[in-house]
Amino acid sequence: MGLMKAKPAAQQMRRRSSGGRIDRTKPVTFTFDGRSYQGYEGDTLASALLANNVHLLGRSFKYHRPRGIVGSGSEEPNALIRLGRGAYAEPNLRATQIELYEGLYAESQNRTPSLKFDIGAVNSLLERFFPAGFYYKTFMWPASMWMTYEHVIRRAAGLGRVADDHNDPDRYEKAHVHCDVLVAGGGAAGLMAALHAGRSGARVILADEQNEFGGWLLAENDTRIEGVDANSWIAGMVADLAAMPEVTLLPRTTVFGYMDHNYLTLVERVTDHLAERPAHLPRQRLWKVRAGQTVLAQGAHERPLVFSGNDLPGVMLAGAVRHFINRFGVLPGNRAIVVTNNDDAYRTAISLNEAGANVVVADLRIGASGPLITAAKDAGIAVMAGHAVTLADGNHRVARVEISAVNEGATQITGDTVHMDCDLIAMSGGLSPAVHLHSQARGKLAWDDRTLCFKPSATHEASFNAGACNGSFDLGAALREGARAGVKAATAAGFKAFTSIETPALDTPKQSWRPLAAWKITNGEEPGRGPKAFVDFQNDVTASDVALAAREGFQSVEHLKRYTTMGMATDQGKTSNINALAILADALGSEIPEVGTTTFRMPYTPANIGAIAARDIGHLFDPTRLTRMDEWHRANGATFEHVGQWMRAWYYPQEGETMAEAVNREVLAARTTAGLLDASTLGKIDIRGPDAAEFLNRIYTNSWLRLGIGKCRYGLMLKDDGMIMDDGVTTRLAEDHFHMTTTTGGAAGVLDWMEEWLQTEWPDLKVYLTSVTEEWSVATLSGPNAAKILEAAGIDIDLGASSFPFMSMQEAHLGGLPVRIFRISFTGELSYEINVKARHGLALWTLLMKAGTDFGITPYGTEAMHVLRAEKGFIIVGQETDGSVTPPDLNMNWIVSDVKADFIGKRALARASMSYDDRKQLVGLMTTDSQRVIPEGAHAVIDPDQPMPMEMLGQVTSSYYSPNVGASIAMAMLKGGHSMLGSKVYFPMLDGDVIEAEIVEPMFFDAKGERING
Amino acid sequence: MASHQPDRGQRGLPGGKPKYSAFAIAKKAMNYHQDWQRAWRDAAPKDEYDVVIIGGGGHGLATAYYLAAVHGMANIAVIEKGWLGGGNTGRNTTIIRSNYLWDESAAIYEHALKLWEGMTQDLNYNVMFSQRGVLTIAHSEHELREMSRRVHAIRLNGIDSEILGPAEIKKFVPTINIDQSIRYPVMGGFLQKRGGTARHDAVAWGYARAADDLGVDIIQNCEVTALRRERSKITGIETTRGFIKTPRVGCVVAGHSSVIAAMADIRLPLASRPLQALVSEPIKPILDTVIMSNAVHMYISQSDKGEMVLGAGVDKYNSYAQRGSFPVPEHMLAAAVELFPVLSRLRMLRHWGGIVDTCPDASPIISKTDVEGLYFNCGWGTGGFKATPGSGHVFADLIANDRPNKIAAPYDLNRFRTGLLIDEHGAAGVAH
Repeated sequence: MGLMKAKPAAQQMRRRSSGGRIDRTKPVTFTFDGRSYQGYEGDTLASALLANNVHLLGRSFKYHRPRGIVGSGSEEPNALIRLGRGAYAEPNLRATQIELYEGLYAESQNRTPSLKFDIGAVNSLLERFFPAGFYYKTFMWPASMWMTYEHVIRRAAGLGRVADDHNDPDRYEKAHVHCDVLVAGGGAAGLMAALHAGRSGARVILADEQNEFGGWLLAENDTRIEGVDANSWIAGMVADLAAMPEVTLLPRTTVFGYMDHNYLTLVERVTDHLAERPAHLPRQRLWKVRAGQTVLAQGAHERPLVFSGNDLPGVMLAGAVRHFINRFGVLPGNRAIVVTNNDDAYRTAISLNEAGANVVVADLRIGASGPLITAAKDAGIAVMAGHAVTLADGNHRVARVEISAVNEGATQITGDTVHMDCDLIAMSGGLSPAVHLHSQARGKLAWDDRTLCFKPSATHEASFNAGACNGSFDLGAALREGARAGVKAATAAGFKAFTSIETPALDTPKQSWRPLAAWKITNGEEPGRGPKAFVDFQNDVTASDVALAAREGFQSVEHLKRYTTMGMATDQGKTSNINALAILADALGSEIPEVGTTTFRMPYTPANIGAIAARDIGHLFDPTRLTRMDEWHRANGATFEHVGQWMRAWYYPQEGETMAEAVNREVLAARTTAGLLDASTLGKIDIRGPDAAEFLNRIYTNSWLRLGIGKCRYGLMLKDDGMIMDDGVTTRLAEDHFHMTTTTGGAAGVLDWMEEWLQTEWPDLKVYLTSVTEEWSVATLSGPNAAKILEAAGIDIDLGASSFPFMSMQEAHLGGLPVRIFRISFTGELSYEINVKARHGLALWTLLMKAGTDFGITPYGTEAMHVLRAEKGFIIVGQETDGSVTPPDLNMNWIVSDVKADFIGKRALARASMSYDDRKQLVGLMTTDSQRVIPEGAHAVIDPDQPMPMEMLGQVTSSYYSPNVGASIAMAMLKGGHSMLGSKVYFPMLDGDVIEAEIVEPMFFDAKGERING
Repeated sequence: MASHQPDRGQRGLPGGKPKYSAFAIAKKAMNYHQDWQRAWRDAAPKDEYDVVIIGGGGHGLATAYYLAAVHGMANIAVIEKGWLGGGNTGRNTTIIRSNYLWDESAAIYEHALKLWEGMTQDLNYNVMFSQRGVLTIAHSEHELREMSRRVHAIRLNGIDSEILGPAEIKKFVPTINIDQSIRYPVMGGFLQKRGGTARHDAVAWGYARAADDLGVDIIQNCEVTALRRERSKITGIETTRGFIKTPRVGCVVAGHSSVIAAMADIRLPLASRPLQALVSEPIKPILDTVIMSNAVHMYISQSDKGEMVLGAGVDKYNSYAQRGSFPVPEHMLAAAVELFPVLSRLRMLRHWGGIVDTCPDASPIISKTDVEGLYFNCGWGTGGFKATPGSGHVFADLIANDRPNKIAAPYDLNRFRTGLLIDEHGAAGVAH
């Protein structure tokens, strides 16, 4: 490495001369930590780096120890890198899962200034002083220093850096699908399951996190199926599946979540592996799948062995080593030590030997025998039975190893220690089935004493486990189970599947799947001494940390996890869980199944937040609702405010006008001539059915049975706690037909509320509710000239007060448009709410503006609407009320029927506190300085000079300058307010100033209501 | 509130347990950490206690601790059916603040916040209480108005709070997106600088260790099966580890309060719903405060480990299962990306659910019952973690004196009869 110059290092010195599933005709140049390297198409970043003899890839979380590649897939705990540049950079990706492409740019993480010389590694020298949980025991004094300590800790922690440009330039999509059978995992068992389910005609999805189907078989060059090598068999299977029209193949797709009722979430990496990414494709796609049946065939993860120095670069899982040799044509080391408690690692030893490495096997078992062991010995591999690696040593890379003889069971060193030079250790502690999805779906786990792993047992979902993830590690068994699971799943999904299953003829090494129950290898020193032996590599949790936690009483698995952070790294404990349980069980004198396991939770592997958010961001985050008159408002300079999902015209400033000037002009116009408001956003609900009147009688506090047809009535609805929920005017269109209006923000909630009562409490009532908010456009014409403007616009009904009285509705034609006109008023002026079919909204608005031109008609927005209604003391639900206000609090007893048998909230209103004198009650306020407007939200006190906390009376709910009154007016909810008329109260401001005001009736204009008829 | 200081009682392990310190670590390191003692004894239940606390979460352990530290009681047991802190104590997003609208809420949460300030030293256990501020964002004119109301009330209650405009927010939180063209733009916010986060598990462990030091028996894997009464008076509890005689039982079991209450023929107005949270993979620091947004149902902070910690709104169905539905975190993550575009290229690492027990007014119950000697502390909804010390402190006072103090009194069960509710639905939004 030291000799390598900055020019592309073409040698790929660890690349074998042939073999592997890489395309040697397609060299790929990439950059790691500023240096240029070459690999081949088909490589992962990990395999390409290993081909270039790069083992040091990162620094660990806590001690900043040098770390390399341990695994070959999603279980990788160490080899986390930052991929890409600029806005495309992404931290914490596993080198073992990154497919190589031309120009790939990668950096190591968590090191300063460089990977080889990392200042943080000083932690490693002090590691004896940083046992698990040390931060709970220190940094306590002086108390004021914690934030400083913490600042340093935070900077030292974390892994990678986020992108320098925060705006993700990529696009993500979502797909929603139903299928009959979802197969998670496309190895031997998954392929068989998909094929057998697919043959039945069922809609099958086969998803696998890798770029190719085949799983572990891709690396087994010693296996022939149906007379062909494993890779050819896989190709045949995939071709068969691809030919089935109802089968969807999803490579590069991780099933990461398994929720109730067979709802699964998948993330597909669509273009991450491409150097040139087509613009029409999303980067990733989130699949949300509702599966009739699932087959879980995710395989298994190999476990490391726990010995001193087991975290050095060059110490790898045996299966991963085999994977790199056979699948990628890379020999990760020339002088290899294989250390194992099982047969399977012998296949790695044989592969290493075939690839030209010098191999020594240290087998923890004393009397192990079998065809694989014989084959290894026959190949000339030195096998040291009853031996363990007790120490790995080296600087940035394993260079030496200490091998010691152990007793039966490998619990003690029995002497006879040898040292050897090496550049690779391949370790194997047996296999752990990937039971994550099964467990996410609340499936139970059972410990298997024979194969020493947790296997799936009972499941709550329509689900089958097959192959290694079911604890069936033997290839023949996995193929059989996969086929059976496919047939069962398709049958359960209602398809006719062939029930006769042929097991493919197999030629594969025979081996035992019973490892020795030994994972932690003592180094002969007193517990806790000597170089550290790691359990959780990424979070730097050691065997002595686990023992310390147990010693301190953190003996529940959950406590262990939380105290040591074991299993909480980005690999989620795939390689560490069982080893930690074994050490904990050992410390407690217990057994693994008694110690138990933690709950597996979504996601199986970390899933991109961008893919989960996908297109539901930007303007698609939430619909923006616009009225049909919106175009006119925009063209005429309106400013807008958010009201729920709606954008409402707030005010219409003219050239050079401030907001206050514009609002004053609009408010004055509505009282001197006429104003026009876009009221289309009001909630509108069509209520029909023979029991409609009875229904309203229960929903509202007042009486509705005898409302005449064509008449309007104001109603208040309460929650069942007696508090005001919404209000509005409802009109009887026919005996069995009403038109209800609600507040703009409350419309959806009111509809939900009423449906809930109808469906769950009053199913006997024949009433049908339909939201018609968007069916109608509404323009409110208000002011003394309102009737004249309607006449100018061409109305075909008599607008006289006797023929069209207040609180009634008439159908008419206005300028030829069919309209419903409601004579109701939220301003106190003569007022008409004109409803037209929504599509005529803009026509209605322009018609009225034109007809009103000579009268000085003035469009007004929501701010002027607020001022106008406040001048009359009309409340706005959600402004004067906050879920704690009753009708009596607003002096609105008149609207609460005392003769009705019941209505929602009636019983609650009878509770003792509803009549307490110190309830907050609605009052008006006039400031002593009549030009000073109190900020809304300000709180009233009697004595502004009292100490904190102050005794507060309540808050200002609405506050404006009223040009019609010529003074500041406000409404407030004050404790005992109804009996405080004439009193002075004070409003302390945030800046220390105090505003004085007098409590008055909340009625500031036309107290007698004489203007309602124009 | 500002002038009131809680009585912290005996502080810093007066019972004689060896103290934690950098010095102790260095000393123990000499012997390779072989000499550390259990953080708390693995006590077996005795025949009789003066008080039994049911529930070994943060609130229950705090109650036992303050009974011992403030009220001088020693013959106390905390019984827990699983492992300490395994409920919502270990499942929340660790946000701490006291900037509540209603006086009653401000009183108890500020009482708690004062106890948080100094808890590490009181318990001789670093709970990593980090006062990095809690900033609540407003996204509409309506929310700005509500914010003004809240800040005026909070300030007159003597609690720190300040209003920030979008530019000030951007300065304080450089990663946030204040582009006014987004669907729900950042229009303003209010900040409580004394708010922040703490290490949730450490709170349970710290209280357990300090209570143990004062003689409290902490008994895990012990489930209550029945309450024994004579006339309308508690005489003891039946458990999976035998009968325990006691005249006073404090029940602090969140959603399962209804189950225990039913053993005494009491019905509680509680509904239990899933609340989901998740963390991203750890990254180098990008966010040094807590951000809450009620309008888009999202809250976010970054843990000391570097994980982005995100919480969502409550799932709308009742359930005791500690998981929720996918659309809730899905929507929350979209909201999070809107406000923090940098999250798009991060990955969700771990997701989990808790169960929040909520009263109709979204305020807790801290109350005596019609059964003499039986007390309940529950209904904390989404706000429980931040209240932990305050809740334990006033509940201990209630049990010790058999009458609520001024802070606890409004949370009496009787409020559901009188209607004197403390309605935090509108005021607190979905999330705490």
